[in-house]
Amino acid sequence: MPDPIHQFDIHTIIPIKLFGWDVSFTNSSLYMVLAVLLIAGFYMVSMRARSLVPTRIQSVAEISHEFVAGMLRDSAGHSGMKYFPFVFSLFMFIFAANMLGMIPGAFTVTSHIVVTAALAALVFFTVLVVGFAKNGLHFLKLFVPEGVPILILPLVVAIEVISFLSRPISHSVRLFANMLAGHITLKVFGGFVVMLLGAGSYSILAPLPLAFAVALTALEFLVAFLQAYVFTMLTCMYLNDALHPGH
Amino acid sequence: MDPASAKLIGAGLAAIGTGAAAIGVGNLFGQFLQGALRNPSAADGQFGRLIFGFAVTEALGIFALLIAFLLLFT
Repeated sequence: MPDPIHQFDIHTIIPIKLFGWDVSFTNSSLYMVLAVLLIAGFYMVSMRARSLVPTRIQSVAEISHEFVAGMLRDSAGHSGMKYFPFVFSLFMFIFAANMLGMIPGAFTVTSHIVVTAALAALVFFTVLVVGFAKNGLHFLKLFVPEGVPILILPLVVAIEVISFLSRPISHSVRLFANMLAGHITLKVFGGFVVMLLGAGSYSILAPLPLAFAVALTALEFLVAFLQAYVFTMLTCMYLNDALHPGH
Repeated sequence: MDPASAKLIGAGLAAIGTGAAAIGVGNLFGQFLQGALRNPSAADGQFGRLIFGFAVTEALGIFALLIAFLLLFT
């Protein structure tokens, strides 16, 4: 059976060495650049007309804008709209990277923990900086819920601190694991088709895993969108914590 | 026990976790349907929350599946 992990290999395209660090341009970087170019190109083309009554492509741009804006407004309120550019670029980048990965043979940027961990760390430190800059030491009220009896308060504070610190881990692993496991599953089912085709008279069963792989591909498209949505949604919730601690 | 077979047993054990996630997802949709049939007019507004809960719950099953895959293929 072909190795399903092979699709996540990183190859160097342009080797670059900088102060002893390996900062080569790899296929991962290529797909990140592609994702960014795709988003930028799409918005340039779709918003060129800037008509009051949107054309079809312009309405796609407006709907995606309004979708993320609504998400942020609902969870972080109007004071959260200042961080809209950050949240919107995060959503579009993850969405574009996930969707590029769905092209057969393409590389999925978000299936590497280093990429998702960097994004999650960015969110985590943004929340920390914004929280302390906006509220000062009142930000620590996030860890002390109101109305808790004094006896169990130390325990609650400890749990709150641990859950706050484990946020970037679950935030990054959720996206990474979903993309990795989804793509491995697709590859495994593809491998079943090949194995059955080579199994003599059993090859009549080969369409079964093929049909399953098609259904799984549809599910993966849903997951690719959902995980971008969930990542952004959680970012909005964390930003809300930074802006309004103690709620 | 030789490490290769221990790996296979471990992968099988890790896959049990996906069943636990299945309970969670089934519970989620079941409860949603129960609520939705009691008050159908409010159901559409909660669709986003349903999908959000689904994605967060399903992710835990995926974690278990990931461990199984890592044991099998690396």
